[in-house]
Amino acid sequence: MSSFWSWWIIGLTVTNLVLVTWVLFANRKVAVDDQADPENKTTGHVYDGIEEYDNPLPKWWFLLFVGTLIYGILYLVVYPGMGNWKGVGGWTSVGALEKEQEEARSKFEASFGELTKLPVEKIAEDPQALKMGGRIFANNCSVCHGADGGGNFGFPNLTDGDWLYGGSGEKILETLYNGRQGMMPPQGPVIGEKGVKNVTEYVLSLNGLEHDAALAAEGKKVFNTVCMACHGMDAKGNQMLGAPNLTDNIWLYGDTREGIAHSIRNGRSNLMPAQKELLRDDKIRLVAAYVLSLSQQETESMEQAPEKPEPEATTGDASAN
Amino acid sequence: MSSTVAKPGDLPDYDYKVVRQFAVMTVVWGIVGMAVGVLIAAQLVWPDLNDIFQPYTHFGRLRPLHTNAVIFAFGGCALFASSYWCVQRTCQAKLWGGWLVPFTFWGWQAVIVLAAITLPMGFTSAKEYAELEWPIDILITLVWVSYALVFFGTIVKRKTSHIYVANWFFGAFIITIAILHVVNNMEVPVTMWKSYSAYSGTRDAMIQWWYGHNAVGFFLTAGFLGIMYYFVPKQAGRPVYSYQLSIVHFWALISIYVWAGGHHLHYSALPDWAQSLGMVMSLILLAPSWGGMINGIMTLSGAWHKLRTDPTLRFLVVSLSFYGMSTFEGPMMSIKTVNALSHNTDWTVGHVHSGALGWVAMISIGAIYHLIPILFNRAQMYSVKLVNTHFWLATVGTVLYIASMWVNGITQGLMWRAFNQDGTLTYSFVESVVASYPGYTVRFFGGFIFLVGMLLMAYNVFRTIQAGNERSEAPATQAA
Ligand code: HEC
Ligand code: HEC
Ligand code: HEM
Ligand code: HEM
Repeated sequence: MSSFWSWWIIGLTVTNLVLVTWVLFANRKVAVDDQADPENKTTGHVYDGIEEYDNPLPKWWFLLFVGTLIYGILYLVVYPGMGNWKGVGGWTSVGALEKEQEEARSKFEASFGELTKLPVEKIAEDPQALKMGGRIFANNCSVCHGADGGGNFGFPNLTDGDWLYGGSGEKILETLYNGRQGMMPPQGPVIGEKGVKNVTEYVLSLNGLEHDAALAAEGKKVFNTVCMACHGMDAKGNQMLGAPNLTDNIWLYGDTREGIAHSIRNGRSNLMPAQKELLRDDKIRLVAAYVLSLSQQETESMEQAPEKPEPEATTGDASAN
Repeated sequence: MSSTVAKPGDLPDYDYKVVRQFAVMTVVWGIVGMAVGVLIAAQLVWPDLNDIFQPYTHFGRLRPLHTNAVIFAFGGCALFASSYWCVQRTCQAKLWGGWLVPFTFWGWQAVIVLAAITLPMGFTSAKEYAELEWPIDILITLVWVSYALVFFGTIVKRKTSHIYVANWFFGAFIITIAILHVVNNMEVPVTMWKSYSAYSGTRDAMIQWWYGHNAVGFFLTAGFLGIMYYFVPKQAGRPVYSYQLSIVHFWALISIYVWAGGHHLHYSALPDWAQSLGMVMSLILLAPSWGGMINGIMTLSGAWHKLRTDPTLRFLVVSLSFYGMSTFEGPMMSIKTVNALSHNTDWTVGHVHSGALGWVAMISIGAIYHLIPILFNRAQMYSVKLVNTHFWLATVGTVLYIASMWVNGITQGLMWRAFNQDGTLTYSFVESVVASYPGYTVRFFGGFIFLVGMLLMAYNVFRTIQAGNERSEAPATQAA
């Protein structure tokens, strides 16, 4: 701020406070002698039948006013407030924030810093670390991926062991640090509306969904010429591109015929925001370990499935396919 | 009682028609605005209610409709009615301005109707309490300038030597709102219903909250203090407690309020000095605010017994207690460390409504109950008992509203700042939403009870007017 504006602010503030103080003190005494006329000390004006007493200011109120004025002046001496005046206390809001962050960081490093130097797979074995990771997830990731990591329309399920970009500790870290941008260009212009229709049936057939076999056979040809480049020969996807596996009946955009045809015709573009500017290193590693553990729980429970009573084992199988 | 009833004949031929119109519309818009308030309160309990008629009934569109309807339609009509009444009677002069007078009524109603149409349609300039788009802003400016001409024209014409305190407050309110409205709504229109603010970034935010805070300070405070200074002594039949106090607190209030807007932007990109200055001025504002409360409540000394029998007086006095409460709470909330807890929580919403329901609505209701019988030529309201019932519904409703929001606000504030030992947040945001459900339910019931009171008022006013018509016709037939 230029010194002109600084003085402008100081001038206005001081003038206002001085005037208010003056009005306060100037009206402290009462004009009418209350001894002489104790009962009816009015000003003598009457407005539509309303009169006004000339009572003095209540003492406690006067003191309250003076008290706040004194407090205000002291505050403006100690803290910034008067234009460029920094205040004798040296306080700034940025300084206060940095101090708090530093305190938190040193406290955190003292108690948990060591843990975060381990590889993600190792961190995931520590129940305490997973608890922290879970909280970081709840506050930063659940808006998109769901409170249980189970995903939402367009946001991948992180618990199902099915990965767009890979589920190793290293891959998850890569996803978190740099973000991901899944992009499938619109295929409608390439293969025409008929092609879209056919290949949709083919994709449905790959997942054991209800489909038209004749159209699907046509669609297979389209797939092997156009789609294979990204989704792979066997349609099992390509983690380099984030092209999803189209055979596991797990969907980002739903399993309906219209939804799938829409993905193919118009393409899809999706963004996982990069976290490196948003979260500290140690937090990223903790939440990565938590994400890793989410899918491990799922795999473990599937491994245990055969030991469980029959019906559940079959549903487990069905969803695994 | 005789002092409160106009004696026709010995005074100038006042313009009561416009006062009647505004008084009746105060009740109508009060019901509309609060019904929308109850609806959005219900939406926060039962989110499915957003879907009644999407996208028009979405919370995000109805919320500004609520605030505009209660502040500018309900509050605005109450201010017009009472200031037009007060300025004529305390200046002993008929309203100046000829056709400007009905223009302020019809123009203001047009603004309200346009707001009620455009806001649900999603037209908004996105500035809180100044959401209306530029064509409506221009209409508001025209109406407001006419209002100022009528009001000050009448003051100039006055037959009394001095200007009564109530008119100082009304005058300050009219001038300041004109300036605030014009400066904050400087915008660049791009289409008929879209404009962009002429300011950007932090400067835009500061101007917005300079406006926002003074909308509170002048629209919802100074204007209503004007109402207080006329109707409290009138209804109590007692002189105002202290003329000295009115002078001091008037000048202190109007000069300090304009500085305090910075407290809405604590811990933001606003430079530190502006935040601190906003906080200091808010603290200094405590005494000037309480000056008004003291002057109103002490006016009753010697007339306390009237409270037992006069529910209208009760409305006026209880409103002053809520005024005192919210103007104590406000300075506390502007202390930075307290604001760090209260900001963005329901505590703010509770503070707002202790001012809005407890102070603004109650004093308006009291003033209207005072005015209606006089305006429609009746000795008293159709049912004083119903006024009393309304009083209790309003009080209980307000208390439920405020208390539930305090609990919610403090719960949210504490949950958001709770850290685990490891430096992570203890609660996710959605957990604080879940914890707020019980409070939202109580708030809904509180608001609903308040609204029921307003419906009783409408019935009572309607019957009073009807009876007034019969009465005024009766002597006419006798004479013929
Ligand atoms: C704004 C929404 C959003 C937020 C917040 C978000 N994500 Fe994502 N995330 C996505 C989207 C969308 C994708 C899929 C990207 C794609 O399709 O290319 C994704 C993908 C991922 C993947 C890759 C999944 C796979 O199958 O390879 C992981 C792992 C992941 N997110 C973890 C996280 C974690 C941990 C957080 C919290 C720090 C987080 N995400 C926050 C939207 C989000
Ligand atoms: C340039 C590479 C590329 C090509 C070519 C391509 N895809 Fe994709 N496809 C992707 C990517 C990447 C995604 C994931 C988009 C995202 O993350 O949102 C995807 C997503 C999909 C989906 C949605 C999956 C779900 O889980 O909802 C379907 C269906 C699909 N592709 C089918 C096809 C078909 C059929 C073709 C050929 C006509 C095709 N794709 C061609 C890269 C490609
Ligand atoms: C029946 C009575 C009322 C009910 C049920 C009610 C309800 C509500 C609700 C639910 C909100 C939104 C809060 C949120 O976003 O979380 C709100 C906001 C608001 N209401 Fe009311 N209200 C009522 C009366 C009034 C009155 C009479 C006034 C003013 C004179 C008023 C002024 C406001 C203001 C200014 C806001 C915005 C608050 C902010 O931004 O912090 N309300 N009201
Ligand atoms: C001395 C008097 C007052 C002071 C110092 C004061 C101070 C404050 C503070 C600090 C906030 C919270 C800002 C935030 O954290 O975002 C606030 C909000 C608010 N106050 Fe007051 N208040 C006072 C009186 C009143 C009165 C009497 C009313 C109503 C009639 C009122 C209406 C409001 C409204 C509507 C808001 C919400 C603004 C928003 O939309 O965020 N205030 N006030």
